[in-house]
Amino acid sequence: MTIVYDKSKGLTDAELHFCPGCTHGTVHKLVAEVLIELDVLDRSVGVVPVGCSALSYDYFNCDMQQASHGRAPAVATGIKRVNPELVVWTYQGDGDLASIGAAEIVHVAHRGEKITTIFINNAIYGMTGGQMAPTTLIGQKTTTSQDGRTVEHSGRPLKVAEMLATIDGAKFVERVSVDSPANIRKTKKAIKKAFELQLSGEGFGIVEILSTCPTNWALTPRDSIKWLRDNMMPYYPLGNLRSPEEAK
Amino acid sequence: MSKVLMKGNEAIAEAAIRGGCKFFFGYPITPQNELPEYMSRELPKNGGVFLQAESEVAAINMVYGAAGAGGRVMTSSSSPGIALKQEGISYIAGANLPAVIVNIVRGGPGLGGIQPAQSDYNQVTRGGGDGDYKMPVFVPANLQEMVDIMMEAFDIADYYRNPVMVVGDGMIGQMMEPIEFKKPVPRELPVKDWITNGTKGERNPNIINSLFLEASDLENHNLAAQEKYADMVKNETRVENYNMEKPELVLTAYGTTSRICKNVIAEFKKEGIEIGLIRPITVWPFPHKAFEDIPESAKGILVVEMSQGQMIDDVKIANNGRLPIGFHGRSGGMIPDPQDIILKVKEMLGGVK
Amino acid sequence: MINEKVICAGFGGQGVMKMGQIITYSGMMENKHVSWLPSYGPEMRGGTANCAVMVSETPIGSPVITNDATAVIVMNLPSLVKFEENAAPGSRILVNSSLIEQKVSREDVEAFYIPCNEIALELGNAKVANMVMLGAYLQLANPVKIETVFKAMVKVFGENKAKFMPMNEEAIKKGMEIVKEQIK
Repeated sequence: MTIVYDKSKGLTDAELHFCPGCTHGTVHKLVAEVLIELDVLDRSVGVVPVGCSALSYDYFNCDMQQASHGRAPAVATGIKRVNPELVVWTYQGDGDLASIGAAEIVHVAHRGEKITTIFINNAIYGMTGGQMAPTTLIGQKTTTSQDGRTVEHSGRPLKVAEMLATIDGAKFVERVSVDSPANIRKTKKAIKKAFELQLSGEGFGIVEILSTCPTNWALTPRDSIKWLRDNMMPYYPLGNLRSPEEAK
Repeated sequence: MSKVLMKGNEAIAEAAIRGGCKFFFGYPITPQNELPEYMSRELPKNGGVFLQAESEVAAINMVYGAAGAGGRVMTSSSSPGIALKQEGISYIAGANLPAVIVNIVRGGPGLGGIQPAQSDYNQVTRGGGDGDYKMPVFVPANLQEMVDIMMEAFDIADYYRNPVMVVGDGMIGQMMEPIEFKKPVPRELPVKDWITNGTKGERNPNIINSLFLEASDLENHNLAAQEKYADMVKNETRVENYNMEKPELVLTAYGTTSRICKNVIAEFKKEGIEIGLIRPITVWPFPHKAFEDIPESAKGILVVEMSQGQMIDDVKIANNGRLPIGFHGRSGGMIPDPQDIILKVKEMLGGVK
Repeated sequence: MINEKVICAGFGGQGVMKMGQIITYSGMMENKHVSWLPSYGPEMRGGTANCAVMVSETPIGSPVITNDATAVIVMNLPSLVKFEENAAPGSRILVNSSLIEQKVSREDVEAFYIPCNEIALELGNAKVANMVMLGAYLQLANPVKIETVFKAMVKVFGENKAKFMPMNEEAIKKGMEIVKEQIK
C-alpha cells in the first residue's frame, strides 16, 4: 500500500478542539509541515497565549509555552534571549495580538527580535464567544456590536500587517489567506519564508492569515469562505508588505 | 579587607550576578533605577543578557519565557510596577517556574510617591495575582542581609521551582553600607529536565503551562503546590528575635523600620526597661512561632510599620488573641520617629497593668 | 567613643554627597560601623542635595538622623534653614560663609563659619570647596584618621581622578587650619 497523504510529524495525536469549518487546523498543519521541512522541529519552541490557540501546546510536537493574554511576544523574547539557538514562534489570534497584546507585538518588531509570529485574523474573538475585535469590520455584527461595528463608536479596523510594516525591525511582513487550495499553498510559502528569516538571523517576521470563524460568524463553513472573500479581502488586501530584500 | 561600600540598588544587582543571575528584564521606575542600570553595564560582562522591556507587563512575561527556557532570571521594580507584574507572577507560580523579583517599595496607592514605604505588605504576601499561590518574600533590614539573601535567592527559586521575592524600601535601595559578598551554603538543586530547550529528538515535548481545564487536574496541581509551600514554611521561615529574654513589651517590625525600633530599644535600656523585637526576615512564610514563644513577661505587642497597618493582620493571627496589640504606622514616605514609638510604648506599658 | 551622625547638605554640584561618602568610606576602612543615606528623587534635581552619615564604634540602628545630629554641615542657605533644627544640643553646625551670610540662630550648639569657596579659589580650584569644609569637619570631630581619608578619597573619586588628589589633600589641610583658629 502506498501512503499518499500522512499527518505531519510536527503535530501530536491529540484531538483538536477547533469548531467544524474553522481554519485554525489548516494553519496548524502548515506550521507543523514547515517546521519538519526546515528540520527545526526538535529545536523549536512555540508560544501560545489566550484565545482559540490556548490549547495548542498539546497539538504541536515540540516544546511549548503557554502565555498570558497578549504576552506571547514577550515570553518568546525571554526564551530566545536565553537560548538563541532555538527556533521560537508565537501563534496568536486577533483579539490577543491586535488588542491586549498590541504593545508587545509592536515592540517585538521594534527590537527586531529573531522570532516568528503566526497571526490569525478572523475579525472576531473566537474563544470567548464572538465579541468585537480590533479587526472586526465596519457593519459586522458581533455579541458586543449587535447592530454592527460603526466608525463613530469603535474606529476603523486595525490593519496589523500594514502597521508593523512601518517598523524597521519587522523584516518580513505578509498577509495571506487560507480560503482556497492556491492560497493555502501561498500561506505555507509565507510561513516558510518567515521561519527562514529567523534562521538567517535577520529579524522579526510575521504572517497575517485571514481565517474563518463559522461558529461566531453564524455561517456555514462554505458561506464563511465566501464571507472572507467578499468582506475581509477588500479591506485586508493580500500580499507581501515587507521582505528582507525590500527591507534593505 | 573584603568589605566594599556600595549603594543598595547596586549591591543588590552585584549580589544577583554573583548569585548566578544571567538574565534581567525590567522597566524603569524610581527608586530602583540604579539596579537595572548596573545590570545593563555588568550583566553582559558576565555572560548574561540585560533587556529593557516596553513595560512591566512585558518584562515579567519575558521573565516567564526565560525561566521556562532554563535561564536564571530576575526582574526588579517598585510598588506600582510590581502591581503590573502581579499577573505574570501568578503565571510563573502557576507554571512552577523559578525566578527572582526585587521590589524596592515606595508609597502608594496609585502613583503614590517615591519615598520609602512598607505599604506593599499585602500585595507581596497575599499576591496581587489570581489563585492559591505563595512565594517566599524576604524583607532584609540592612545591606549585608540584603546581599546575603540575593546571593541565595536564585538557588531558593531553583530548589522549589517557584518565584522568590526580595523586598527593600527606598531607603535600602538608596543607602550605602559596607558589605561583603559571601557565598551562600550550597543547596542540592534538582536537574532542570522540564525546560523548553528543544526536544533534540531525544524526548517528548516539554510544556510550560498553568492552564488546566479539567477541575480535578487543577485541584491536583494546586494540592501539589501546597506541599511545596508547606516545605517552604518548614525550611525557609526566617526571623530575628532581639532582646527577647525578658521583655516588658515586644515591638515587631521588619526592614528599615526594625532598625528604628532597635534605637528605641537602646533608649529604653538606658532607663532599665527591657523591650524586645521580633523582626520577620520572611513575611511569607510568616514567623508564627516567634510570637507563640513570647515570654510571659511581655504585656503587649506594638506593631510598627511604614504603612497604615498591613503586617498587623499577620501579627493578630500569630498572637491568636493572647496579648494586647498596639500599632504605630507612618506612610506616604514618612519615616517613624523613634520619639513617637517611645511614647506609644510608654502608653501601652502604662495602660496595661 | 565615636558615634558621629552628620548631615551634609547643599545644592546639587557642591559635592556634599561625595563629602559624606568620603567620611563613610574612611570609617569603613577603619573597621567602624558606617552608613550613608541620601535624599533622592526630584528634590535632587537642581534643588538641595543632602545625605546622612553615621560613623560609630557600635552597630548602627536606624540610618536616619532626626534631631540627634552630632554635626550639621551646610553649604548653602536653604540647607541651613532646613537642617539647623536637626542638630542635637551641644553639637556643631559648620556653615559655608562664602555663600551664607546668615548666622546660626541656635545658642545651644557650636557654630563655625568657613569661607569654603573663597579658600578654594585661593587654592586655584573652585571645585574643592567641599574638601575645605571636609577638612574643617575632620579637625573638629576627628572621627577618622586623616591618612585614612586620603586613601578613601581615591576610592570614592576613582583611580582615574588620582591626579586631582594633591589638590584635594591641600584643600582638606587648609580647611583644618582655618577652623583651628575658630576653636575656643
